[in-house]
Amino acid sequence: MTVWNELEPLLGKVQKPARYIGCEDGAQAPEHTPGAAAWLLGYPDTYEIGLPNQGLQILYEIINERPDGVAERTYAPWIDLEAELRAAGVPLFSVDTHRAAADFDILAFNLSAELTYTNLLNMVDLAGCPVRTADRAADDLLIGAGGHCTYNPEPIADFLDFVVLGDGEEAVGEITEVVAAWKADGKRSRIEVHRALAGIEGVYVPALYDAIYGDDGQLVETVPNDPAAPERVEKRTIADLGDWPYPRRQLVPLTEVVHDRLNVEVFRGCTRGCRFCQAGMITRPVRERPAEQVRTMVAEGLRRTGYDEVALTSLSTADFSGIEEVVRETVNDPSCGGSVSVSLPSLRVDAFTVQIAGEIQKARRTGLTFAPEAGTWRMRQVINKMIREEDLYAAVRSAYSQGWRRMKLYFLTGLPTETDEDTLGIAALARNCIAIGREFHKNPSVTVSLGGFVPKPFTPFQWFGQNTREELRRKIYLLRDELRRDHNIKLRWHDPNATMAEGLVSRSDRRMGAVIEDVWRHGGTFQEWSEHFDLDRWLDALERAGLREEDYVYRHRTEDETFPWDHLSAGLHKDFLWQDWRDALAEVGLEDCRWTPCYDCGACTGYGIEHVVASAVPPAGGSQGTGQDRSRGGEVPVTLLRAKPVPVGAGAAER
Amino acid sequence: MRLRLRFAKTGKIRWTSHRDLARIWERVIRRAGLPIAYSQGFSPHPKLHFGLALSTGHESVAEFLDLDLRADAELPTPEDLAALPARLTPLLPIGIEVTAVAEIPSSSTSLQEAVTSCEWSIELRGVTPEVAAPAVERLLGADELIITRQRKGKDVTDDARPYLLHLAVVGPTDAGTELAAELATRPRGLRSSELLELLDLGATEGRVRRLTQWMLLDGTRTEPLAVPAGATSAPPHTELCAT
Repeated sequence: MTVWNELEPLLGKVQKPARYIGCEDGAQAPEHTPGAAAWLLGYPDTYEIGLPNQGLQILYEIINERPDGVAERTYAPWIDLEAELRAAGVPLFSVDTHRAAADFDILAFNLSAELTYTNLLNMVDLAGCPVRTADRAADDLLIGAGGHCTYNPEPIADFLDFVVLGDGEEAVGEITEVVAAWKADGKRSRIEVHRALAGIEGVYVPALYDAIYGDDGQLVETVPNDPAAPERVEKRTIADLGDWPYPRRQLVPLTEVVHDRLNVEVFRGCTRGCRFCQAGMITRPVRERPAEQVRTMVAEGLRRTGYDEVALTSLSTADFSGIEEVVRETVNDPSCGGSVSVSLPSLRVDAFTVQIAGEIQKARRTGLTFAPEAGTWRMRQVINKMIREEDLYAAVRSAYSQGWRRMKLYFLTGLPTETDEDTLGIAALARNCIAIGREFHKNPSVTVSLGGFVPKPFTPFQWFGQNTREELRRKIYLLRDELRRDHNIKLRWHDPNATMAEGLVSRSDRRMGAVIEDVWRHGGTFQEWSEHFDLDRWLDALERAGLREEDYVYRHRTEDETFPWDHLSAGLHKDFLWQDWRDALAEVGLEDCRWTPCYDCGACTGYGIEHVVASAVPPAGGSQGTGQDRSRGGEVPVTLLRAKPVPVGAGAAER
Repeated sequence: MRLRLRFAKTGKIRWTSHRDLARIWERVIRRAGLPIAYSQGFSPHPKLHFGLALSTGHESVAEFLDLDLRADAELPTPEDLAALPARLTPLLPIGIEVTAVAEIPSSSTSLQEAVTSCEWSIELRGVTPEVAAPAVERLLGADELIITRQRKGKDVTDDARPYLLHLAVVGPTDAGTELAAELATRPRGLRSSELLELLDLGATEGRVRRLTQWMLLDGTRTEPLAVPAGATSAPPHTELCAT
């Protein structure tokens, strides 16, 4: 049933009502039938942030192509509309046909940031559904989630009926079958649908597991309490991205959103092996989209949408085989209108990459962003992002010489083994960039953006105790004071309090659910938004739950410790990650396995899949993260001129 | 060569802003492959000239857009122009309908300067026609109608009476009363929300629809571009997106 007539009078009272009307090009109004499982796909943040999410759009199309499924979309109503909805008794609705959430069978969320969890609870509540799984009736909504955050779903385990690990393209079809059958059967038993869902590869049903804690309060294990639940849930991985040319009809919003352009995913996965990067660990192996398919998706997408900008998306996009040819053809393709700009959101730090950027961004040459991540070579060895200073300076020189005037440099602070020398190294790098800029412009500027490091599950840094709020603030102020007289260098930083809250959720167990619920119940929505984040809500909630920041955020984990996500798997062997952690502390790098022999991290071998890359040799440019001169590209094999990794623990011996 | 388009904006799409609409048009013109002229400079923009902004949430059956075609482009034939509305409307979001297209002289006065008044249908929610009628008479009988506005952060007072060219009760709606109004647009215009304040009935604004925009040409009232006879006009308050 549509709630449009109740919603419509409220739209005149709120900011940006276009967020709530749907009507985008590409939007669907599927016919709901008793035989089809109805998904409401939700993004727990505003429309502007959520609409461009490619994962959600891919699943939206795949489900709607099925005879046994329909999918619509919903986004978190902003605070003003939420108040109006609650006052008027109007529930959460889909933007496609403005149907009430309760008319669907599944409300499933894409989770890409921990601080959106309170919005998830708020949306479930606005849908008229009990927030805790245990309180739901047989025919209440099934609440699901997928996305990078769900590799540790334990903090929200009590709120979710099911969780999808890994790529969703295949899993949503299987879930649709199970839910459609459950619906046809009259939704008689919730436990039966839980059991059936748990039988799907890649699907985790938290209610079918118990978390066991020891007398000391430490987690001992998370074990199935039902024979239908597997002991360990493995992630799903699609073997060939070429089989999934989605989205076919990217949604074109009527109002301005982030990433407002055509987006074409050119590959999934990354094996650069940056140790802080969860995305690079959990999305392995690398699966490139065939170049021909990329060209077709770009040309058809531009023609259909009318966009004049296309982003080729992936992690480290310049690693795509034949990236130069693809972008050159796009820019010069007359059927693309001739005035198309291509953006590469994830730029590698080297002159080669800037050269490409220069060729394709002919207009609007305003700013360019690089992510050296750390201020010294030593620190970059620890995190395995082995960009030499020469790489950065060559990239910056190339950018300034081609007309860019503003550089943005991304750094992390609070990394393992970080010293003040590493922090101050950021200032030195930034100053050298300014000095290079002065050769070309009167007034070059550099913005240094400093993020607090939050260790993530399934990375080598999962054992690392996060820096305290005080320590992060001290380092930020140290750098701020150092740069006080450098008027060309602007420093921005992420609020250390928000970094703490993110860390609180990132690696915690089921007990943290009470804290998240408490923060939500005390009005803590939109915690990603600095104007709505409030540390005291989190601290008060921790106190009420009897939990401590120290235990969940700052404590170094031990080798034999059970993680809350140990019953889940991203394919990576825990002993591989442990060895990589020891290598990090020994300042030893690890090469990219795309172009070198396998070191058996587990991501390919465990699932019988392989890298899909069109070129067996690495692209040219900079050091390729090896610390060597790789400017001639694939002519020389990539190897690391380093001592052998330090073997630690039994797992390493087996390898 | 300069073209003038007339279009309607009704239904759910009325909740998009003037700025949103400009972006929608830019994409549609690229999709239609119209040889639009671009401004010179560091950041070239397509040469689109919009008329008076329509407030977010208001509908209209009389919106106008002027666009300049590239000097070196092959000029559209009269047949091309006649076919243009039917070509553009399917590319636009549901609720936006192109109703007329014509070539105009490149020297034409801009829409924002040329238009002197607009006719509106305004719904007052929560008020019956019997209650609305005396208030309408009161406004029409007044010599001056002082309103307070914010201008550059300061409160200033203006006389709204000269802007009120016509006002009448049309009849009841499901939720209140429909008024017909003609409001002058120059030099500053009068908003429907300000009119509601002046009526002082405690009514909230319901549906508001722009029906006509008028220009004064040599003393004659004329539309920037009339809908050709026999053309479809936008349907009354229907929710086109909803199913």
